[in-house]
Amino acid sequence: MLRFVVRRLLQVIPTLLLLSIVVFAWLRSLPGGPATAFLGDRATPENIAELSRLMGLDQPIWVQYGRFLGRVVTGDFGTSSITGQPVIDEIGRALPATIELSVAALVIAVGLGIPLGYIAARYRGRPLDVFTVIGTLVGVAVPVFFLGYVLKDVFAVDLGWFPPSGRQSVAVDATKVTGFAVLDGILTREFDASLDALRHLVLPSLALATIPLAVIVRITRASVLDVLGSDFVRTANSKGLAPGTVRGRHVLRNALLPVSTTIGLQVGLLLAGAVLTERVFVWGGVGTLLADAITLRDYPRLQAVLLLGALIYVLVNLLVDLSYAVIDPRVRLS
Amino acid sequence: MTTTWLERRRSRIDDIAGGRSLGAEAFRRLRREPAAIIGAIIIGVFVVVAAFAPLIAPHSATEAFPQLQENLRPGSIPGPQEGFPLGSDQLGRDFYSRMILASQQTLLVGVLATLIGLVFGIVIGTVAGAFGGWADTLLMRVTDVLLAIPSLLLAISVAALAASPSQSTVIIAVSIVSVPIFARLLRGSMLAQRHSDHVVAATALGVRRPAVVLRHMLPNAIGPVIVQATLTLATAILDAAALSFLGLGDADPGRAEWGLMLAQAQTYLDVRPALAIYPALAIIMVALGFTLLGESLREAIDPKGRR
Amino acid sequence: MRSAARRFAAACAAGALAVTLAACAESQRDTGTEQGGSGGTGGTMVFGAAGAPRSFDPLFAQDGETFRVSRQIYDTLITYKQGTSELTPGLATKWEPSPDGKEWTFTLREGVKFHDGTDFNAEAVCFNFNRWFNLSTAAAQSQAIYYYELFGGYSNNLTKDTTDPVYNSCQAPNPTTAVVKLNRAKGAFPAAFGLTSLSISSPAALQQYNGDEVTQSGESFSYSAYAMEHPTGTGPFKFESYDRTNQTITLVRNDQYWGEKAKLDKLIFRVIPDENARKQELQAGTIDGFDYPSAADWPALKNAGFQVLVRPVFNILYLGINKKNNPALRDIRVRQAIAYALDRESLVRNQMPEGAVVATQFVPDTVNGYNPDIQPIPHDPERAKALLAEAGVPNLTLNFYYPTEVSRPYMPNPTNIFTALAENLRQVGITVNPVAKPWNGGYLDDVQVNGVQDLHLLGWTGDYNDPGNFVEGFFGSPGPEFGLTDAEDGAIINSIRKADETVGDEAHAAAWRETNRLVMEQLPAVPLSSSPPAIVVRKGVNGLIPSPLTDERFLTVSVD
Repeated sequence: MLRFVVRRLLQVIPTLLLLSIVVFAWLRSLPGGPATAFLGDRATPENIAELSRLMGLDQPIWVQYGRFLGRVVTGDFGTSSITGQPVIDEIGRALPATIELSVAALVIAVGLGIPLGYIAARYRGRPLDVFTVIGTLVGVAVPVFFLGYVLKDVFAVDLGWFPPSGRQSVAVDATKVTGFAVLDGILTREFDASLDALRHLVLPSLALATIPLAVIVRITRASVLDVLGSDFVRTANSKGLAPGTVRGRHVLRNALLPVSTTIGLQVGLLLAGAVLTERVFVWGGVGTLLADAITLRDYPRLQAVLLLGALIYVLVNLLVDLSYAVIDPRVRLS
Repeated sequence: MTTTWLERRRSRIDDIAGGRSLGAEAFRRLRREPAAIIGAIIIGVFVVVAAFAPLIAPHSATEAFPQLQENLRPGSIPGPQEGFPLGSDQLGRDFYSRMILASQQTLLVGVLATLIGLVFGIVIGTVAGAFGGWADTLLMRVTDVLLAIPSLLLAISVAALAASPSQSTVIIAVSIVSVPIFARLLRGSMLAQRHSDHVVAATALGVRRPAVVLRHMLPNAIGPVIVQATLTLATAILDAAALSFLGLGDADPGRAEWGLMLAQAQTYLDVRPALAIYPALAIIMVALGFTLLGESLREAIDPKGRR
Repeated sequence: MRSAARRFAAACAAGALAVTLAACAESQRDTGTEQGGSGGTGGTMVFGAAGAPRSFDPLFAQDGETFRVSRQIYDTLITYKQGTSELTPGLATKWEPSPDGKEWTFTLREGVKFHDGTDFNAEAVCFNFNRWFNLSTAAAQSQAIYYYELFGGYSNNLTKDTTDPVYNSCQAPNPTTAVVKLNRAKGAFPAAFGLTSLSISSPAALQQYNGDEVTQSGESFSYSAYAMEHPTGTGPFKFESYDRTNQTITLVRNDQYWGEKAKLDKLIFRVIPDENARKQELQAGTIDGFDYPSAADWPALKNAGFQVLVRPVFNILYLGINKKNNPALRDIRVRQAIAYALDRESLVRNQMPEGAVVATQFVPDTVNGYNPDIQPIPHDPERAKALLAEAGVPNLTLNFYYPTEVSRPYMPNPTNIFTALAENLRQVGITVNPVAKPWNGGYLDDVQVNGVQDLHLLGWTGDYNDPGNFVEGFFGSPGPEFGLTDAEDGAIINSIRKADETVGDEAHAAAWRETNRLVMEQLPAVPLSSSPPAIVVRKGVNGLIPSPLTDERFLTVSVD
């Protein structure tokens, strides 16, 4: 076990090294540069050349890479060239926002998706089924940025039910503990802050939930159909069990297995797929961090977000593999 | 039942790969599926409009009309009037003609992006699946890396690389997203067939390797590919629209393309919502059409769904 | 059926939760931002800013978002009269140049205190001037853009392109008199003493929080604790906090302010980068106002009862012509043909906000030195074609660069402006090859540094009322943007230098009028338009005066 872990961890190093080269080369081949983005249109060509020189951007790329690697090894990812803030702090602030939004979207997708998928399967081929399937697919077909705007216009501007954007109202004075706004409110017993944060979550998580919702409905429907036609359900029915018992104990439980796998798949997509939603709802998450960094050629931020993202991804994979071995004795770590 | 995200993405693709080809039976079942019929009708209308767009559209996509420009202000865009059934766009051009002509460009972006993805995917998948060994390991390692990056992020990263954004950079950025999916799909199909009777028989009869691959294995793997291509058409059109929204879209403002029009209309949502709503509806309908058809196809060839 | 019923109940509960949240919204919305209105205090104003400030030390900034916040915290020696670009006393009640323009004597306001309680006096003024002059790191020097532009250099020049410094020394003969000595006269003064970058900081706070510290490692810069957390000026508002998670900056009233105290208790800037999101926040009542509403939204916002405050025009948009890459563009007739081809009247009417005007020269008419005798170039496609034929280039092909991912007050929608102009050029037989570049993703580099374009769109928003701020920046020296050379364009370059050095208000303006005429004769670029940016606030927000310099002071603002 320990040997396995050590070996896997050692494998991580060349992977990350390779990735850092790719990321570094990709950044430097982006047109435009951080010096221009930093100084803006007020700067003269001389100003820009001077700053580029200071930033070391006139050095050969391998020299730049060497310096970058030297800093990263010591844990120094630098400060964002947009905000002057340590990049690590920025990620620390953005990550809870993205996770919060993703979890909320997942709750909506699962909470609506499983019942809808089940209903669609029960009424297979009837209008209710067709309506549900097509309806959820329409959600997939709407460009997210447009959907976001319409949701805001109707529910925030016209009806005034929810705030149009952001994570918290300026009027609410919330104490920060974990960075998860809803959780913080509960921890500090500032329930009004939790409620305020929840209200801010509703519209963006709805917009973000459309795609996973459609997928979960489809998988649930297919898998319920699968189970409904299986032998053990037929047996259960013929035994004379109450239809409710059959559905609850046999059908749903077995059908949810593939669904849970799908839900897992959606988590990854949500975490990183929120770029557009975050932008429309001015949600200060990782997606916004990344999109802004690309627009403003913020090298330090891009490098840190991409490399740390990869590191987290690799480590999570390793943990999952390990948990397999613990849970399932048939899996051998080799 | 927890597996990593990448593994599940892979297995979802492999599931399709396990499907049968599109036989007569599958088509028979498709005809009974209302979702498939609706999807096919939508796509049919769309393709016809696109094919005859220059004949249907009364004006060009770029010409500005003095009679429309006369009353054009940033905060007031002339609505429908004689000769211009949908009114003006933000530059005094005929919005109706642009909507019609845009069907062509939108289809072009979707189809080209899908085709490019398909070609590269087929090459990679065929090589990996047919030959196995180190080629397989290497190619699949690369596609795994690409699969691990969320699609829109990948498209944004590629699009940002372009020295100057244009229609071709959009197409390339969107197509790269689908390459690993097609590659993995085809590889799965190929692997499944390597030990199947007809391939073994052909090999035993002395048919040469490339011929076996091209004549016997590839045609049998094409069903799942068509399913995926149909679904990809929808996401390609949506991704292209997203790139336009993020400012990474086609830079020729004269060109009429729904995603581009929708992105440019963001400024005029309160002035003339029609400028956004029509392209948005068009995109929704087309993406829905391809998705409905694709999902129905997927179900039709899914061996598990047969009953 | 029991489980089905249970599931149904669960669904209802979920629905009920949504309704409850919405209901709570109703109650909160009523109090929302107006909560301070009652209770007899000055209340709180929440203003939607388009971007985050880089830091709170305006010395190291050149962007409007940083300046907007700084202007509320700091004062300058001379300031601009609200709503104009005219000079009015700030921390100095009087300012007097020596006859040769090399010595400025400031009489300072008495009894002014910095936010940290220390005294404002001549020592403090000299401390600031010396601080700027003695910036000790290359990183700091390279970022003090405005200081560098005005004063040319530092006591110890660490960057390559710095020249001999303009600043010489500062003396404080008594607490209310500061004498600033320069090495040479500069036309930008006294107007430039009002620049936000030259805000006066508390010497005590600067020392305590290492104000000059700009550290750099690789592509990263970090600023001092002073610039990030402890900005200390004399202004009407004091810095309270910057919530980086929610992107809100909170300022509170300075009760010790030397002038009339601010009416608001609290001024909150909330950063909302997306224009549509800003608009929707205002419509939903969650903010009290925001900057830069799109011209397209002005009528709708007005109709909905919001106040659209239009700033006087103080900017220029031009079509740049680069002579370097295409020899045909060296021919004045070809440049004139381009100017005649453009339908600038339609452009301004169709694409620019209400109040925008066609530009006849490279300064707006609000600047001293604007030449009213210059006739606008009419839209005359026939004449353009004739000129092209005369010049022997009937089939001209030009690379026309335009920026994406940007909107500037002088250029509200670059794509639309480009499309309209390109169509004009096509009509006179010029083939346009469109090249779009993201603003930061290569546009500024290509156009201003590399000079690879034939035509391009760019402009300028004035910082202070002097033509040099516009014209000198464009054509004052040979450079890549227009492909100017000393040999061919010596006349323009010399004329600009002379005008800048001319001392005496009327003589200075007259020299610039002549220069503006000469520039239009040579036509190194085509001025297109000046357009007014706006600011929008809800009904009930009073006293916000739009400034041509985007120099709005919130001290006069009240909310009800």
